[in-house]
Amino acid sequence: MKTSTLLALLLLLLTTSAFGIIVDEDTTDSISAPVSMVTEEAVRPQPALNVIGKDTPNDNGGSIQVSWDLSPDDAKGMVARYDVERKPVGAPDSQYEVIGDATAGGTSITDNYPESGKSYVYRVAAVNFAPTVAGGKVEVTSFSAESAPAKASAQWFNTNRTVVLIFAIVLGFLILWYIAQAKAGKELFIRRIAGLEAVDEAVGRATEMGKKIFYIPGTQDMENIQTIAGVTILGRVAKLAAEYETQLDVPVSRSLVMVTAREIVKEAYLNAGRPDAFNEDMVHYLTDDQFGYAAAIDGMVVREKPATMFYMGAFYAESLILAETGNSIGAIQIAGTAMPAQLPFFVAACDYTLIGEELFAASAYLSKEPKLLGSLKGQDVGKGLILVVILIGVIIQTLGVYDVQSLLNIVAE
Amino acid sequence: MRREIPLVITSVVGIAFVIQYFIPHSPFDRFEQLFSDWFFIIAACAIWLGALNLLKLSIIKIQKKKKDWQYAVIIVASWLAMAIAGFAGGRDFQIPGTGFDWLYVNIYTPLSATMFAILAFFVASASYRAFRARNVQATLLLLAGFLVMMGRVLFDDILFGPFVQDFTPLSDISSFIMNYPNLAGQRAIMIGIALGTVSTALRIMLGIERSYLGGGD
Repeated sequence: MKTSTLLALLLLLLTTSAFGIIVDEDTTDSISAPVSMVTEEAVRPQPALNVIGKDTPNDNGGSIQVSWDLSPDDAKGMVARYDVERKPVGAPDSQYEVIGDATAGGTSITDNYPESGKSYVYRVAAVNFAPTVAGGKVEVTSFSAESAPAKASAQWFNTNRTVVLIFAIVLGFLILWYIAQAKAGKELFIRRIAGLEAVDEAVGRATEMGKKIFYIPGTQDMENIQTIAGVTILGRVAKLAAEYETQLDVPVSRSLVMVTAREIVKEAYLNAGRPDAFNEDMVHYLTDDQFGYAAAIDGMVVREKPATMFYMGAFYAESLILAETGNSIGAIQIAGTAMPAQLPFFVAACDYTLIGEELFAASAYLSKEPKLLGSLKGQDVGKGLILVVILIGVIIQTLGVYDVQSLLNIVAE
Repeated sequence: MRREIPLVITSVVGIAFVIQYFIPHSPFDRFEQLFSDWFFIIAACAIWLGALNLLKLSIIKIQKKKKDWQYAVIIVASWLAMAIAGFAGGRDFQIPGTGFDWLYVNIYTPLSATMFAILAFFVASASYRAFRARNVQATLLLLAGFLVMMGRVLFDDILFGPFVQDFTPLSDISSFIMNYPNLAGQRAIMIGIALGTVSTALRIMLGIERSYLGGGD
């Protein structure tokens, strides 16, 4: 009896323990155990079709684009997502690993982490969820057929930029052609640019008034081509200032611009035969900070009241703060920038404004150097050519003769 | 040699940049990052040239009691305060709670915001001049500006809302002006800028434009 009681207790204990485990497992299994195999199969989606892995075009290697056709059950709402898996080719022991997923309706992803030069095969798992006994859900998947092997490789030419290359070559050819023409002594007609014609007048006015010329070469560093154009014009202005014996003040916002501008002004004074009048502190640094720079210049303008102010280079929101202050003291102001958003401000506040390309043309225009004028002429002819191409393109596209837009497949990166 | 070496460096780097734009293959794909890194390293080192130049000129101004020398005192004091607070904070000088951060948040940021806020008044004074109907073109500009402004502030609701639902002629006219005449003008300027940039770059790379190096051509 005692033995049987002990056995009964042991049985009870084991049953309870077992039951306890079952109860616990029921909670966890609510995630993994489907209601039944029938239900599981009923919600299992059909696999995705036509899985293709191919090298991403026009890149430096290191990525493969994987695409597929939707599972026929996608439209029925039976696909929650697609898991994309890959496996290296020629490695029998390797397993598929998930490299990304796409939501229902998605037909492609990019594998950004393949080893360069190594081939991979891909498959896509269409995933759905089956209900479980405890009201949870469990994933049911169906795998597509394996893709053909794909390998990431770098390209030697970005075909998205073919149109850019063609235009660059044509423009480069035109510029070089007109430079050659100018060097050969051919007279080139360059249209009049009012803002540049006024440079002499502006420097002369400062001379007559016995006041300073302020030259602001923008707020960007030397890597910006507008700053380069700005300091190039500074050379011409500095030479005029040296010839007229007018004080020049060049407050800058970048150290490298300060160093460059100093060299340019120094050479300009030397070329004007006035090296003695050069003082390196006429080009001085204020601050890299945009509004600190604007505040410092505004203070100097209000206190020193220069007769002439030049703004040549890249400007942002400080453009109007500077130009309006200059306007308020009655200075003659000439601005030039290729920042389209700032042009209206300069037009409103300055006497003359070099709009976009005119800033880049200024150096050639002021120097009258044949080689530089030739490049300017080439640039103008290039612009005319582009206008003609645009006009023809608009007509062809409007008439529906050909889809011109497809030629301009320039991908922003 | 003083001018030839910079010209060669400029040409080589310029051509390398052009090549990397069209060729994504290694090693060209690394050029842009490489040159940018070098530029920022040089610019970071060069900041001392500017900072010390500012300090030097300000101290000379104070010493010689030049006109408005009092402002130079503020520059020197601010310069030293920020530099000392920055160095005292060590590597973590920018994290909240440091002296540098306090100066940045409580002095620098409000001053910058003040300068930016002044822009609103300058826009008003510049607009007053720009939109005066002095001739036909200026009148057209005034009219276009007026219509765009009316459309942008949703004046339609006030004018027509009580009478007609979803009737927004001002907003439509505003959108038309911005999307067609304005956008066409902007694009024309952008094309000109792009051509000017290419032309200038070509002049610099070929060594035709040399005045940025100092001296004549």
